[in-house]
Amino acid sequence: MIRTITRAAAAVFALSSGAAWAAGEVHIEDVAFAHEGPFGTFDQMQLQRGLQVYTEVCSACHGLKHVAIRTLADEGGPALPEDQVRAYATAFSVYDETNNQQLFDAEKGEFRPLTPADKFPVNMTQGAPDLSLMAKSRAAFHGPYGTGIAQLFKGTGGPEYIHALLNGYTDEPPACATGDEEGYYNKAFPNGGVPDSCKDEHGHPLIEGSWIAMGPPLSDDQVTYTDGTPATVDQMSMDVASFLMWSAEPKMMARKEAGFTAVVLLTILASLLYLTNKRLWAGVKGKRSA
Amino acid sequence: MAGIPHDHYEPKTKGEKWLNSRLPIVGLMYDTLMLPTPKNLNWMWIWGIVLTFCLALQIITGIVLAMHYTPQVDMAFASVEHIMRDVNGGFMLRYLHANGASLFFVAVYLHIFRGLYYGSYKAPREVTWIIGMLIYLAMMATAFMGYVLPWGQMSFWGATVITGLFGAIPLVGPALQEWLLGGPAVDNATLNRFFSLHYLLPFIIAALVATHIWAFHTTGNNNPTGVEVRRGSKAEAEKDTVPFWPYFVIKDLFALAVILAVFFAIVGFMPNYLGHPDNYIEANPLSTPAHIVPEWYFLPFYAILRAFTADVWIVQLTQFVTFGIIDAKFFGVLAMFGAIAVMALAPWLDTSSVRSGRYRPMFKWWFALLAVDFVVLTWVGAMPSEGIYPYIALIAAAYWFAYFLVILPLLGVIEKPLPQPRTIEEDFATHYNPTAQAAE
Ligand code: HEC
Repeated sequence: MIRTITRAAAAVFALSSGAAWAAGEVHIEDVAFAHEGPFGTFDQMQLQRGLQVYTEVCSACHGLKHVAIRTLADEGGPALPEDQVRAYATAFSVYDETNNQQLFDAEKGEFRPLTPADKFPVNMTQGAPDLSLMAKSRAAFHGPYGTGIAQLFKGTGGPEYIHALLNGYTDEPPACATGDEEGYYNKAFPNGGVPDSCKDEHGHPLIEGSWIAMGPPLSDDQVTYTDGTPATVDQMSMDVASFLMWSAEPKMMARKEAGFTAVVLLTILASLLYLTNKRLWAGVKGKRSA
Repeated sequence: MAGIPHDHYEPKTKGEKWLNSRLPIVGLMYDTLMLPTPKNLNWMWIWGIVLTFCLALQIITGIVLAMHYTPQVDMAFASVEHIMRDVNGGFMLRYLHANGASLFFVAVYLHIFRGLYYGSYKAPREVTWIIGMLIYLAMMATAFMGYVLPWGQMSFWGATVITGLFGAIPLVGPALQEWLLGGPAVDNATLNRFFSLHYLLPFIIAALVATHIWAFHTTGNNNPTGVEVRRGSKAEAEKDTVPFWPYFVIKDLFALAVILAVFFAIVGFMPNYLGHPDNYIEANPLSTPAHIVPEWYFLPFYAILRAFTADVWIVQLTQFVTFGIIDAKFFGVLAMFGAIAVMALAPWLDTSSVRSGRYRPMFKWWFALLAVDFVVLTWVGAMPSEGIYPYIALIAAAYWFAYFLVILPLLGVIEKPLPQPRTIEEDFATHYNPTAQAAE
């Protein structure tokens, strides 16, 4: 094990000075989420719908282990009433038995019901990654010209990536596929396997996207929204993407407020200091001669 | 060299006299604050205050973060999420601390380039310059170890790559690397010692900063003309200077407020702008990220590290002459540290008798090119080593060394400097009209 790690380290050294940006390029479409921009706030109804999609669909495989269930009641988030949060916690089922032993009640021989104080259980069914920070650990936007400044208004593109991924399945795999690929072709997924028949002679993929182990999780009307919103795949994926942005950055609203307050106060302070400074130096500088 | 003549603290009351004869601390503070400062300092002289502020900000936010952080490989990542989600204002503390490091480096680079242009490194300020370089090295070490603490993918793999550099040193390298890591690979022992040192180093930086300030308070500030303050008498010195308080304190605070407004906009509205998304994935020794990029402030020197590959003739020559002891990998490491070393040696490499770049017609252009070179190195450091990028990196790295080792020594000999003002007062009067004030 230790050997392999040191060897991996040596490989990394070579890697970092060699070819690196080989992963398949994908195009991610921008979605105008309510939470974007300096003054954007989460759409509470959308977060609640997204929570529903997560609970009814994604939670079967994916965990949300950094998120405490009680925070579903938080202002600026889904803001569920306390009693609903309690009911939600109790009803939540634990799927991954091996990784949640702390929730196992040995006396009763079953998993104890969750409480709002608990975090969402770990879930690594089929090797699915935890979704708590997914929206921050993927970035789709680097523009303009690779500077990334546009994220001030559009965000980093994490939720857009999730939206694109969930809509990225195609009925027909690309023509170059052999049919022996493992998993599902997804045109938004950059990090999966690509068969040699879909690569050029330098090993660069000729197709957008790659094969992912997750099957298409959503189909139209998979959930029934209580607010009557039609549950298309597009809608559900936007809702769950927005919810996952919240789960990754639950204090986003507080952060923007703090930032805004600080900028206003500092601007006032700077103006006062400017005037003070001007007055102070007037005696030394006299009139401008140039 | 005696300091610039000015009024000193005179204890007046009985109590003041009592204290002063036992511990002259008030006098020390008075002299520090009332230091005669060249009155023609421009806006590039504000970075010192910004840097002092950054150090304080990092120490204060860092101490609070340390109260909630757990330096243990299975818990570190989750403890940072705990800070982000559960600790009061924790998300703000962490984003301030993370972006504070970037502000720190922006300021230090501008501060260094200010010094390079106005010849602040030249006699009698060589010691100030050398201490400054030590501060910069300590900052890099601190920032590097700090980036490991959240234990994300970039933390882990960045640490693996950078400590691997030490492994490139012939003979002792592998043993040294293992000693640094506390084991054969980046692991719990590494995380623990990095945390310990990350907490320690800022206080060493603080001590170095005090020495830095002590040194330039002894020699006096440089200024845009590079002409020294007259010290013949107090009256003469007062024509060239104003006391630091209130003149420069207010000016610097104004600049700081403007900079902080921008800083808080970034922290509030795009706090992950300068971070790498992969660091929101918990460290996994078995999965190597597609590309490992260091933090932006390391990129110029990272570019120099990577520029010297095995197919560059000077690398091949060195390898041949040293019987293979200095291979391409070790050459890169030497080049990276050498790039900082040549900068530290600037006081002795620059042969010109003129201090400020303002009066050096040829130097100006070479210096401008160095500034561009630095930006290019930063940019190319983030690019993959393929296609045209390695060539750009090599040219940019070569220019960095050429500037310090060839251009600076030569320019002093061949350049014909422009006339300098005789005094700071004279320079100041060409911009402003101090005497007209009396009539107002
Ligand atoms: C049947 C189990 C299953 C369900 C249900 C499921 N996923 Fe996945 N998901 C996986 C697996 C397995 C992977 C790992 C795929 C891989 O790396 O090839 C994955 C990966 C992902 C990724 C990461 C892609 C990347 O860039 O690495 C995202 C995002 C994701 N799923 C979102 C969702 C969302 C949102 C839902 C609910 C709408 C959902 N998944 C439902 C099994 C599932």
